[in-house]
Amino acid sequence: MRPLDESETTIVFGKLFKFVGNNLKNIVGQNPSHEGPDSNPGGYCFRLQKNKVYYVSEALVKRATTIARPNLVSLGTCIGKLTHGGSVHLIVQSLNLLASNAKHKVWLKPTSEMSFLYGNHVLKSALGRITENIAPGDGVVVFSMSDVPLGLGIVAKSTQDCRKLDPNGIVVLHQADIGGYLRMEDEL
Amino acid sequence: MAATALSKKKTTKSQKAPPKKKQKNEFFSTKHTATKELSDHSDTEDEEIVQNEDSEGDIGGSDSVSELSSDGDKPFTDDFLQGSEEDEEKGSGSKSGSGSDSDSDSDEYDIEKKSRAIDEERAREEQEADEEMQLNIKEESDEFRLPTKEELEEESERPPDLPSIQRRIKEIVRVLTNFKNLKQEGAPRKDYIEQLKKDLASYYGYNDFLIGALVEMFPVVELMELIEAFEKPRPMCLRTNTLKTRRRDLADVLINRGVNLDPLSKWSKVGLVVYDSQVPIGATPEYMAGFYMLQSASSFLPVMALAPQEKDRVVDMAAAPGGKTTYIAALMKNSGIIFANEMKPQRLNSLTANLHRMGVTNTIVSNYDGKQLPKVLGLNSVDRVLLDAPCSGTGVISKDESVKTSKSLEDIQNCAHLQKQLILAAIDMVDANSKSGGYIVYSTCSMMVAENEAVIDYALKKRDVKLVPCGLDFGCPGFIRFREQRFHPSLEKTRRFYPHVHNMDGFFVAKLKKMSNKKPNVDPSDPPENTEEGTRLAENEEEGTRLAKEEVGLSQSVKENSKRERTKLTKEKQDSSDGATGNGNVESLSTASKWKKRKFPSKEDVSKAREEKRQALRAEKRKKSIWRKDEWPCLS
Repeated sequence: MRPLDESETTIVFGKLFKFVGNNLKNIVGQNPSHEGPDSNPGGYCFRLQKNKVYYVSEALVKRATTIARPNLVSLGTCIGKLTHGGSVHLIVQSLNLLASNAKHKVWLKPTSEMSFLYGNHVLKSALGRITENIAPGDGVVVFSMSDVPLGLGIVAKSTQDCRKLDPNGIVVLHQADIGGYLRMEDEL
Repeated sequence: MAATALSKKKTTKSQKAPPKKKQKNEFFSTKHTATKELSDHSDTEDEEIVQNEDSEGDIGGSDSVSELSSDGDKPFTDDFLQGSEEDEEKGSGSKSGSGSDSDSDSDEYDIEKKSRAIDEERAREEQEADEEMQLNIKEESDEFRLPTKEELEEESERPPDLPSIQRRIKEIVRVLTNFKNLKQEGAPRKDYIEQLKKDLASYYGYNDFLIGALVEMFPVVELMELIEAFEKPRPMCLRTNTLKTRRRDLADVLINRGVNLDPLSKWSKVGLVVYDSQVPIGATPEYMAGFYMLQSASSFLPVMALAPQEKDRVVDMAAAPGGKTTYIAALMKNSGIIFANEMKPQRLNSLTANLHRMGVTNTIVSNYDGKQLPKVLGLNSVDRVLLDAPCSGTGVISKDESVKTSKSLEDIQNCAHLQKQLILAAIDMVDANSKSGGYIVYSTCSMMVAENEAVIDYALKKRDVKLVPCGLDFGCPGFIRFREQRFHPSLEKTRRFYPHVHNMDGFFVAKLKKMSNKKPNVDPSDPPENTEEGTRLAENEEEGTRLAKEEVGLSQSVKENSKRERTKLTKEKQDSSDGATGNGNVESLSTASKWKKRKFPSKEDVSKAREEKRQALRAEKRKKSIWRKDEWPCLS
């Protein structure tokens, strides 16, 4: 387990910025954590373990140092994986963290929830609501109509273009969804 | 005439009072055949009443006949109350006597006599038939005979005849419940139980060891209930994740999806039991969003007993697949810290996935053998420990039928050995002086005493802990004694759960509180162990300080040596103490004595070796200094 170095940090923050925008300071900054047995909560930080990026509270980090590297499996929340190519893939476990801070949101109709949960991209016909002023290439958190976060995606078209699109056009490219807990349990 | 008389009399049969019945019996027996011995049976009594009335009617109608007949018939008048004593005497006479009376009647009434005789015959036959039936019934129900050796051999050659085996099981259970009265002559109770064991094993598919163990633990009727309960699956339960939702809301959403569910019981505020469901309950979007976890009801219990508080440090020593760990985190509201440990790497995936899915953020997952955890996390460092020990699984036969045939005595003993080591490791990790705790909860999904009460008893002997109430009042208390074993009386505070009583998997929960951080070994061998350890440590430290003081120039290397040796010795001590405590009590005595014998010479050897080394180093130093002196003249 080690802290992220410069390049990795920039990559991860960049990816997060796509999804949460200026709320990044909430995530990265001195967010008081209620974890840890100490009475004064520290903040959160990022750690790298076996190419996975973890978002952990500092108190946990202190105590996890006693565990040897081959035996440490996970700490706090895993938010993504670093690839060989140097980019980071955000994975579905980061959903809890991102959903509360998301800048752009997309709501799906109840009938098309399952399609997204199987890993398909979001079509225009499935869109229930969408926040304004989305630029293409932005990250977005996908919700169901009952405000249950379903997954992450990258927007293919801006909000204006979405309105003009035909019903079978892809609006959001699928990145990660909670169906992955069942489909890809081994890969998580 | 006789027939009509019969039918007339039959209607009035019921009006006859019992006292009169008796006299009529005697009356009848003297007049007709000697059927007195059958006066016990109500059926025959009825028959006799009919016949009595018949004869009475005849007699009443034909008084002249009796007068005409011989003196022997005189007592048979209407006023038969008087003649009852005489009837008895007469009745004790043989059949032939009364028969001769009827033969001696005059020819005028021959036809009547003949018809009467025919009626008597018929009545007699009916009575005898009834008797036989009664006797037959008695024979069949009373004399359940154990199959003989030949019959058993025969049976083993044929394919098993399930209905007959089931019948035999029921019969044996019935006999055993009322053994004194219903047993077969010369058959000891043991034979019945042996036959029952074999039948149960072949009918339900158990191996001999498991059936024998269950027979030892339960009375026969309860055993049948238990085995029947194992055949059926327990209802599926789910636990609401209070980090994300509430039980009421979740229940509403799931009911909308078409799931038929109910709150679990009054002892749980987060449990729901699922009866049936139109959608797969493990694949709803709510499941994937982490709103609930599929768990069996018995898995709620150890966490409820543990009762973790906020900001606690908790260790879950065998955490996969994570149902209990996530429950702990939910109770702690994601505060504090949880160390979730799992030994098998294949199960780690499911553990981490469940933790992330349920939104648990205060957990560190590690992959260690549970026995090494105290070394990694430090002794006396956490507030609570949950040990859901790996066990033989004899309580969850309804989930996994292979347990019926795959467990043997060795398996149980291996499990028990491992559990004893793990519980000591768990106790060592807990800080007795922690403000909010000092508790260890030990639970297994097994019903064997060797894995449950015996392990807790061992822990009580080896460490300074005591049992406290679990807080689960609806379970059965644990055994204090079992066959030849006697346990500490506080073991009644542990709780056992059974499928046939609580409709849950077989389970055992015990809650221990650590009183102090000492290791007060109660065994007689151990105090010398302790003192010996203490003295050796003291000696090592003395030597270390001595060395440091004396050797200034070479003190560094010597210090390192001594330190290394000291650490080696302490490690040895730790290892040996781990080994000693790992074994059973009996074994620890012998290993302790062996260990003592072994260590004495080595300590002296070590000190000798050190002296020699010191001297060698001094000699080298002198040599070196001399050499330099020699060098100077060369250089110059």
